[in-house]
Amino acid sequence: MSNKYTEDDLREELKTKEYEYGFYTDIESDTFPNGLNEDIVRAISQKKEEPQWMTDWRLEAFRVWKEMDEPEWANVHYKKPDFQGISYYSAPNSKPKYDSLDEVDPELLATFEKLGISLDEQKKLAGVAMDVVVDSVSVATTFKKTLGEKGIIFMSISEAIKEHPELVKKYLGTVVPQKDNFYAALNSAVFSDGSFCYIPKGVKCPMELSTYFRINQAGTGQFERTLVIADEGSYVSYLEGCTAPSRDENQLHAAVVELIALDDAEIKYSTVQNWYPGNAEGKGGVYNFVTKRGLCEKNAKISWTQVETGSAVTWKYPSCILKGDNSVGEFYSIAVTNNYQQADTGTKMIHLGKNTKSTIISKGISAGKSQNSYRGLVQINSRAENARNFSQCDSLLMGNECGAHTFPYIEAKNKSAKIEHEATTSKIGEDQIFYCNQRGIDTEKAIALIVNGFSKEVLNKLPMEFAVEAQKLLEISLEGSVG
Amino acid sequence: MDLKEKLLSSFLVFENQVDIDSYVHDVRNDAIKIFEEKGFPSKKEEAWKYTSLNKILKEDYSVFPQQENAIEYKDIKKYFIHDIDTYKIVFIDGKYSSHLSQTTHDGIDVCLMSSALTKPKYRILIENYFNKAATKDSLSSLNTAFSSEGAYIHIPKNKLVEKPIQILHFSTGNESATMLQPRNLIVVDENSHVQIIERHQSLNDNPVLTNSVTEIFTNKRAIVDYYKIQNDNSNASLIDNTFIKQKKESVASVHTFAFGGKLTRNNLNFFQEGERIDSILKGVTIIGEKQHVDHNTLVHHIEPNCESHQDYKGIFGENSTGVFNGKIIVEKEAQKTNAFQANNNILISDKATINTKPQLEIFADDVKCSHGCTIGQLDESAMFYMRSRGIPEKEAKALLMYAFSNNVLSSVKIPEMKQRITKIIANKLGVNLGFDL
Repeated sequence: MSNKYTEDDLREELKTKEYEYGFYTDIESDTFPNGLNEDIVRAISQKKEEPQWMTDWRLEAFRVWKEMDEPEWANVHYKKPDFQGISYYSAPNSKPKYDSLDEVDPELLATFEKLGISLDEQKKLAGVAMDVVVDSVSVATTFKKTLGEKGIIFMSISEAIKEHPELVKKYLGTVVPQKDNFYAALNSAVFSDGSFCYIPKGVKCPMELSTYFRINQAGTGQFERTLVIADEGSYVSYLEGCTAPSRDENQLHAAVVELIALDDAEIKYSTVQNWYPGNAEGKGGVYNFVTKRGLCEKNAKISWTQVETGSAVTWKYPSCILKGDNSVGEFYSIAVTNNYQQADTGTKMIHLGKNTKSTIISKGISAGKSQNSYRGLVQINSRAENARNFSQCDSLLMGNECGAHTFPYIEAKNKSAKIEHEATTSKIGEDQIFYCNQRGIDTEKAIALIVNGFSKEVLNKLPMEFAVEAQKLLEISLEGSVG
Repeated sequence: MDLKEKLLSSFLVFENQVDIDSYVHDVRNDAIKIFEEKGFPSKKEEAWKYTSLNKILKEDYSVFPQQENAIEYKDIKKYFIHDIDTYKIVFIDGKYSSHLSQTTHDGIDVCLMSSALTKPKYRILIENYFNKAATKDSLSSLNTAFSSEGAYIHIPKNKLVEKPIQILHFSTGNESATMLQPRNLIVVDENSHVQIIERHQSLNDNPVLTNSVTEIFTNKRAIVDYYKIQNDNSNASLIDNTFIKQKKESVASVHTFAFGGKLTRNNLNFFQEGERIDSILKGVTIIGEKQHVDHNTLVHHIEPNCESHQDYKGIFGENSTGVFNGKIIVEKEAQKTNAFQANNNILISDKATINTKPQLEIFADDVKCSHGCTIGQLDESAMFYMRSRGIPEKEAKALLMYAFSNNVLSSVKIPEMKQRITKIIANKLGVNLGFDL
């Protein structure tokens, strides 16, 4: 590489950079025929040996979904998925649970290794309990014992439906109802698996809970359902990270995440998303249409942190309903788009209780021909005395073929509300680069420095275990710029 | 019969009255088709999410006020900026009032749309400019279909218009409910400068709905200062659609002072079609009761090296609702754009609501764009400071609010106008500020 490394060089590199984690594991799968109707929904439910109430709940969602239209308001353009052309269930066919890793399909283990998340390593080193999801069914759960001693329930949601029906029944769909939106309804009808987590009263979860999602089977959409309940005075930090194999066919992912923080509880939910974004011509890539929402009771706190570098189309708004007095909502996000990626992401902060506070920090980096949008809502209701919000949305543009957009909605119905919103858009300044060059830092390092500094506020919020991975993802997305 | 049907059937009558051979005839016919297809906007449309027209559309408006209404100058003197010499174009119930007006053809044209639309000597200008800036949305199209009267101002090259021009629309309320659709066209040629003040005023409490369209063209290096005073009765509603097309190096500023009316919607659109253009959008909104003010702005940066500055301040009391929807679009070619937008609001009542949505859509990388938006209260320590020095609470509050809106006021270039606005603000806040600026 010549010593004169410019933004143009960077762009050139970005253009040609191939997806590093693009590989495909061949595991015999047990896949349903394509298409969706009531019978399929029933079959999914039956396959998972679910009780009748769950089947009814799914059917109710399916009936609502049939009546709904796909939303079109987001600032993204894509070829609509053919919902009848998708297989709604796919699970690795080595169905029974394993006692040790030796029993697991070796090919699967190799996949994890390639991802750098080898289970044995994870077990020993990170202190992270892994509920690994390949396609749809969880195949290994670790550290269950340690958690069990504290009374923490951490298992796949299908197990939870069987083992803790009272909890699932009480909370499932309370934050994201079946008819909430098109994709949430679809997810409610056909969700195959996901994670369930319950932290009992006053318990501080001793480790970061983590789930790795993989989309693995061609032509199957992944419909994950996550439910996290933090009982009074408890604390949990939950990590979610994703990578997917390189595929030319668009894959649909419509997950639903529900968080419930009861009085004085705190939930920290971090996501690193690096699904296949499509190739340099914008072919292929994952559609990521996610509904994530948390409910805060009195003095509770929910904090969303996300690093979004993957997916061809992202449509995601992790939200907080600040129902209880003195509750706190936070949203920290970095969204990086490159080539033909499109992201429409942001948050909703609904202030209902008194003295509620919310903070929104959103950083968008667009390169190539991508479009990056921030869309957020801050709503202060009339009973939310002394509500406070601070929002900041910054965008960094690299090249003049990409776009950055902000659509903040701010609604205040209470006179004691204090709301601040700021947004800026800029490119990496020539003067900044010059300043670094002058001090002996080459252009490549300088860009790395600036991008890093730009996203620091959000990176800092990630748990230690994730910070490294997030750094890696930024490297992949903006290779050549991050040193 | 609902208002839409009424308007559609009235159009047939209206069409027969006006000149069928004119260029505008086709424009009107196309426009009514757009309105027929789209109808009045509903809350389902993104741009109307926070403003519903349903209530004001229920009235049984008379679409063509028939009778001539004479008003004495002394009765309405207070609505003029009367302490300076100005050109005046006055309309009463949509009809031109010659005895109240002062127009001119001396070097510049300050006259009527009706004559511009019909007289052959204006034909070229009309063909070049009429309906060339307005967008094809339903309300502007409705106005276009019925366009017959309003102000027509043409300033040729290198003219500095010495006196400001006042455009006043009065409604007498002699009919139980009136709908007015004034249409203004302002063309300012190279190097010229003009100041214009516009006001809509109803004279009694009968409902009035004004759907106004103003098109402004600023050619090379032209400067236009436009002031809108909106301080109407609680039964008067105004939908003001303003479209400004700017050519290179021109400067256009629009100040909107929204102090009243039942429902006020300002659609203010700037299109920058040249380099080194400056667009300035400022506004002060102070409302109470059940009033509703909606500012919907668009600045479209199309060419490089341009600037735009937006600054909107709002104070909302009682059951009022304020909406700010500001959009900045920076096209790919518009490198080196500087676009700023600020929207600051104070809520002084628990029942007041503010909805704000500042939007940026940016496709160029070498730009500086920022927007800021705040909702807050008066500073308690500042209040305490003044109260401890013997300033009563009401006055202290008023002073703070005045200071809050002063940023916008200070850029008003007509001193008498500034004074008048200060008085209206003092009046609104129910105090005597005891100083003039």
